[in-house]
Amino acid sequence: MALVRDGQVVQGAQDEWVRVGDAEPVPDNTPAVVTLARWREERSRLLRREAPLGVQLASGDDVAEIADDVARFGLIALEFPAFTDGRAYSSARLLRERYGFMGELRAVGNVLRDQFAFMHRCGFDAFEVRDADADAWSEALAEVRVWYQPAADRHFTAMRLRHRRVAAE
Amino acid sequence: MMQIVTANRLRDGLVVYLSADGGWSDRIGDAVEAADEVAARELMETANRSEIECRIVGPYLVKVENAADGPAPVEHREAVRVSGPTVQTSLNRGAHGGHQRRHV
Amino acid sequence: MYIYDEMDQAIVDQRVKQFRGQVARRLNGELTEEEFRPLRLMNGLYLQLHAYMLRVAVPYGVLSSTQMRKLAHIARRYDKGYGHFTTRQNIQFNWPKLEDTPDILAELSDVQMHAIQTSGNCIRNVTADQYAGVAADEIEDPRIYSEIIRQWSTLHPEFSFLPRKFKFAVTGAPHDRAALRVHDVGLRLYENEAGEIGFEVMVGGGQGRTPMLAKTIRPFLARRDLLSYVEAIMRVYNRFGRRDNKYKARIKILVHEIGAEEFTRLVEEEWEHLRGGELDLPLAEVQRMRRFFRPPGYEDLDDPVTWYELKKAENVNFSRWAAANVAAHKQPGYAIANISLKPIGGVPGDATAEQMDAVADLADRYSVGEIRVTHEQNLVLPHLKKADLFDLWRALEAIDLATPNVGFVTDIIACPGLDYCALATARSIPVAQRLSERFADIERQRDIGPLRIKISGCINACGHHHVGHIGILGLEKRGEESYQVTLGGRADENAAIGKIVGPAFTADGIVDAVETVIDTYLDLREEGEEFIDTLERTGHDPFKERLYGAR
Repeated sequence: MALVRDGQVVQGAQDEWVRVGDAEPVPDNTPAVVTLARWREERSRLLRREAPLGVQLASGDDVAEIADDVARFGLIALEFPAFTDGRAYSSARLLRERYGFMGELRAVGNVLRDQFAFMHRCGFDAFEVRDADADAWSEALAEVRVWYQPAADRHFTAMRLRHRRVAAE
Repeated sequence: MMQIVTANRLRDGLVVYLSADGGWSDRIGDAVEAADEVAARELMETANRSEIECRIVGPYLVKVENAADGPAPVEHREAVRVSGPTVQTSLNRGAHGGHQRRHV
Repeated sequence: MYIYDEMDQAIVDQRVKQFRGQVARRLNGELTEEEFRPLRLMNGLYLQLHAYMLRVAVPYGVLSSTQMRKLAHIARRYDKGYGHFTTRQNIQFNWPKLEDTPDILAELSDVQMHAIQTSGNCIRNVTADQYAGVAADEIEDPRIYSEIIRQWSTLHPEFSFLPRKFKFAVTGAPHDRAALRVHDVGLRLYENEAGEIGFEVMVGGGQGRTPMLAKTIRPFLARRDLLSYVEAIMRVYNRFGRRDNKYKARIKILVHEIGAEEFTRLVEEEWEHLRGGELDLPLAEVQRMRRFFRPPGYEDLDDPVTWYELKKAENVNFSRWAAANVAAHKQPGYAIANISLKPIGGVPGDATAEQMDAVADLADRYSVGEIRVTHEQNLVLPHLKKADLFDLWRALEAIDLATPNVGFVTDIIACPGLDYCALATARSIPVAQRLSERFADIERQRDIGPLRIKISGCINACGHHHVGHIGILGLEKRGEESYQVTLGGRADENAAIGKIVGPAFTADGIVDAVETVIDTYLDLREEGEEFIDTLERTGHDPFKERLYGAR
């Protein structure tokens, strides 16, 4: 497995984040990622930590639950239990466009090369992927340069260009 | 009940049958038959290997009975798969009309 | 019609290139079938009973003659010389090779065509009234908005992995020729009391295992709000649609399970954040789009009634064809000509490459190069001068495309069924053929009048049997094909789901059963009643009695 972050392949050891299971103690001095359930139960305790905090949402979790708290997370990980489960695309866009999340938004689970471009547009900037797919990262993103519709990424779109043109007329 | 294995050839979608030498033929007459569940499982293992090797896709077992001209599927759907579309148009020669024996 | 600019072209070109790479990675094993399957479905490529099947998009059913010729070429070069027009206005090729599909898509991109999102759990082809732009009763051209929705939905990064497929239909006239109420989202353009043009928004229609009619969730939506509103609908569906059971994953189930009111509340709540934002549709953009769909330069004709009426009086075959296949056009002196792809005993919706080329030529000669595909599997030449109808008809006769049966009993809609489809439980085409032969006599057909028979070869209902006046569903019972009859379905603005009339019939008995139903109608009808009118007046009991005997 590899981590692609901001378009670069990062070796496993360089990923500073540690995933903490619900039954494990949350380390005080390491960036730690907890589940949404853990966040719900131990919110005040977790907020007292000094080290960065992350939360991981399952595809069925309601992202609105953390809407007011996004500034507290250095990382939010969204799961794709199967690549066909597309709920995290909506969650990602809401986090970026509606709730103003500015930290690392990481796609985890069944994250495959042929979905990179869609995920990227929805606001993901980090991806846990198979090694082979990590190598193909830039190529995958370069496959689609022209898009019709707006998303989270402020990418140039045909729609925006055309609307601007008619406004100028 | 005898069973054979059928699949579609990956690159062109042609309906094929697993034959005795582990290859795939488009003629049902070449299909190797499994007389019991053990033999059927072994055939499916061979077929699954072929799928991993990207020769065919979607192999499955078909129940057949022995007719005069070779194995004939028991189920209607599988019979249509052998014969090709049953509807009459001049363009619609069946999937196996006049084919030579070919291996994948 | 819509003409691609460099951005539209870039989108299909990059898709061809991407798919070529994906096919290569599949053939060399880098991609497993499980990983490849959704990718090939998003490019319209199925694996069917005998071979692969490629479904090419015909956006809202509009084709140019150039595009039709390309389809003919593809049929000849890459397939077995024919294609099949579908109930979603698309075309299917039944025998492409996987290794050829990148080349096929490349050839399609040369004429501004593609197979993007014609399958898969994403937004599919947006369908529209086949008489858009020319119907006498039209308020606003639905193609303008169909194209806008098509673009917004193409490669939408958020909505490419929905719980299930998603289908839009758009109309712009009071008479619904696009079956809005059995779509996931139906949009009806109309003018409200304040004189504004906007959409009635209907959500949650569908057929298949659990047929349902769409509910109106917003009676009037301003045109500028179209995209922000549908984005809200899609986001609610993507987030909350069921993903645990493939047969309960359509939006109609979500609307049904949480209720239309709650569903509407969720959509409107989401919409509050989106409206007026980036997806706002400027009027100037609508005007720009409208220019693509402007009528061709019609001549100022004094409705040349005399010539047309004269030929009809003179030639009984022409008059029969005109009566069934010619529809009223908004422009004086013009007409809409339907081309039936339901020859007696033929395969409904199929056309040979030669027929496609001939239709392209006829479109150039008589219809400003434009053709339409209907969701009832026929073709339309939308811009005919009445004065040209007779010559057109003679040319159609020469290529077996002049069957005068549009809307009649032999104008049967049928899915490919077990002859082609891996999902089917029974064959549908042979039933259509035998029915067509039983009712071949044209005068008998005219006497019976308008009657929509729709046949599906399995519960997925691609033949739209739930909305047939007579619907036939092919099932399997103990290894034999078995056909269930429903009555009273309607796909128009008075949409209705047909009701099962009783136990299923055998393959041998189904044609007689349909004849019994029709004979019952003929016996019971009152002056001026069509089949559906009589059925609605009498209810199903007289028909049940005739079919099964008195209870």
